[in-house]
Amino acid sequence: MTVLSAALPAGGLVAAARTGVAHVIETSTIGGSTASGTVETWAWLLVAFPLAGAAVLLLGGRRTDRWGHWLAVAASWAAFVWGALLFFSLQHHPAAERSRDLHLFTWVPAGSFHTDAGLLLDPLSVSFVLLVTFVGSLIHVYSVAYMAHDPDRRRFFAYLNFFVASMLLLVLADSYLLLFVGWEGVGLASYLLIGFWNHNPAYAAAAKKAFVANRVGDIGLSLAMMAIFAGFGSLAFRDVLPATGHASQGLLTGIGLALLLGACGKSAQFPLQSWLGDAMAGPTPVSALIHAATMVTAGVYLVVRSGPVYQHAPTAQLLVVIVGAVTLVFGAVVGCAKDDIKKALAASTMSQIGYMMLAAGLGPVGYVFAIFHLLTHGFFKAGMFLGAGSVMHGMNDSVDMRRYGGLRSTLVVTWATFGLGWLAILGVPPFSGFWSKDKIIETAFATGDGARPWLFGGVALLGAGLTAFYMSRLFFLTFHGRSRWTEDARPHESPLLMTVPMVVLALGSAGLGVLLAAGDTFRHWLEPVTGAGAEKPPVISSAVLPWLTLALVAVGAALAWRQYATRPVPTVAPAGSLLVQAARRDLFQDDVNEIALMLPGQYLTRSLVFVDNRGVDGAVGGIAALVGGLGGRLRRWQPGFVRSYAASMLAGALAVTLGVLALAVRI
Amino acid sequence: MNAYYWLYLSSVLFAVGATTVLVRRNAIIVFLGIELMLNAANLAFITFARLRGNLDGQVIALFVMLVAAAEVVVGLAIIVAIFRTRRTASVDDVNLLKY
Repeated sequence: MTVLSAALPAGGLVAAARTGVAHVIETSTIGGSTASGTVETWAWLLVAFPLAGAAVLLLGGRRTDRWGHWLAVAASWAAFVWGALLFFSLQHHPAAERSRDLHLFTWVPAGSFHTDAGLLLDPLSVSFVLLVTFVGSLIHVYSVAYMAHDPDRRRFFAYLNFFVASMLLLVLADSYLLLFVGWEGVGLASYLLIGFWNHNPAYAAAAKKAFVANRVGDIGLSLAMMAIFAGFGSLAFRDVLPATGHASQGLLTGIGLALLLGACGKSAQFPLQSWLGDAMAGPTPVSALIHAATMVTAGVYLVVRSGPVYQHAPTAQLLVVIVGAVTLVFGAVVGCAKDDIKKALAASTMSQIGYMMLAAGLGPVGYVFAIFHLLTHGFFKAGMFLGAGSVMHGMNDSVDMRRYGGLRSTLVVTWATFGLGWLAILGVPPFSGFWSKDKIIETAFATGDGARPWLFGGVALLGAGLTAFYMSRLFFLTFHGRSRWTEDARPHESPLLMTVPMVVLALGSAGLGVLLAAGDTFRHWLEPVTGAGAEKPPVISSAVLPWLTLALVAVGAALAWRQYATRPVPTVAPAGSLLVQAARRDLFQDDVNEIALMLPGQYLTRSLVFVDNRGVDGAVGGIAALVGGLGGRLRRWQPGFVRSYAASMLAGALAVTLGVLALAVRI
Repeated sequence: MNAYYWLYLSSVLFAVGATTVLVRRNAIIVFLGIELMLNAANLAFITFARLRGNLDGQVIALFVMLVAAAEVVVGLAIIVAIFRTRRTASVDDVNLLKY
């Protein structure tokens, strides 16, 4: 608290809110006799519910097979209810007092190093809590039906609950250290779920790939934590973030870059994006959970939460924008060429997270829209993934879009819900994507000087057109055109347990944008955390920009319609141009990784093994042989004859005596 | 009489004892050789005590006699035991304790 009061003297609250360093955190004791105080004091229940669910399911074993999935669903919904209560309770406070630091227990009391475990309740974390628990719970419900025939359904739900609990811990933590615990929990849960069908070696390899790519990012986060501790002497947000104004530029840039590496690993941003496509090996609800509610959003959260660090480190901030822009185009290009419905959606996620990263690098105004887009994306992407699951459910688990086509007539609910998600991601008004993505494009055009707004704004705009093309391609290939089903396919609509969550998510995709954008509700809600940035007018008039975006979207969608809905689609992918072939191979990301990282690594280990076998083991073995041989010779001196022992004793005694005498004579 | 003669005698006795130990095979004779060496040492001790005019050497000699008596008891017992089991008193036949 001393750091905070030093950084923010009297009246600092208002000044801080104005300057953008608004991570003001109240450490006053929460509570009193009010109901809202109780809700906040018991906020740890949010994490405890799903964690307890996972523990019961994992420890209970087969005894919980029959009712375990319902327990998991209940635990997830309980977390959502508690999150909603928390949201309403925070709304009772005036805007400046909505940051609550809830001390849980003293975690690491080691001499001068002292870390507490605590939860940070503020508009940002509560927004995440609501997204994670609501979308997560819907996915839980969906999974009950989707996984109904899987013998390991209980284990699946245990992992789902653990995933949600880890993500909640990640967003609620009040220090980088506790955040790291959640961060690792999310990584573990994703590994377990991506490799859920690990009897298939390819799926197990995909899980391992995700895990390894995440470890690379985790190194970044660990380095950032070390640098933060070295520079600020604490890992708590309330000590670090308000003090960034006094830290050196170099330190902040280093921290910012290391944090960005961590965010890239978790959020599948360039250059650590390669795991996301393979992560589709997991059951479809897992993909929905990873892409919408948990996991990939964590990187964006980290960058936004560390906003003040980036505010004072322009180089790192610029790199965030560049990473976002590159990933945005990368994902979009890959998405245009994929024929696997889940991989196309995965590429789309990568691209959309790229949008969020780009926004998160644009300063306080960008933070708001990054989180805004994250929320709306959570809804429409979860909806579309569940829709994809529903399609696969009806099509014998086939994922090849070239064998779909014309499913609109048989999968009416799926078509309608998927369609709403499609309109939302395209950014068609008044669906939710329009309110978030267009704002990001506008902010990109409004931030920076010289060529910067043109460059990043242009990339964001281009991304919108590409998004329109590949999402429309996906939609038309699946639901429109002629049916190209395999002979044994009998498409049928999914049960209610699956369609109801899809409908709810589709409603969210349609309405959430208006709801949050009306009267700038969401921006004012997040302002205490992100701070209000000075808003500049974009370089292209903000009256023209939405029309420009819409025109591009219309062109993209029309191209896709012409190509994939009106013309016959070959069931075997045509050779395609060089770019298409490259995009089908994920723009050679795996090849690059293999050549640049894997091969040198393998050669290094091989040479090390050689050195170990010949050099180290050779030296050790040689010494052993030498000693052994010497011993073999020396033991011949022990023949067992008493008289020879006596002779050697006599010789020894004589030698000693003569030696002593010689010494005595010399002295 | 010159005290050095006693030292010469002691050396000769020690050499005879040592040679006996090294060349004879009968355990009893070897034992005799050891006793001879011990007493040669005793003689040297006493001579030196006399030369230096104090009693330390004589005290040591008494100790040596005491220990030698104890050693004879144990040693003879071992020799008898070996003779009973192996029907031999030759030290060269008892060579199991080796590499």
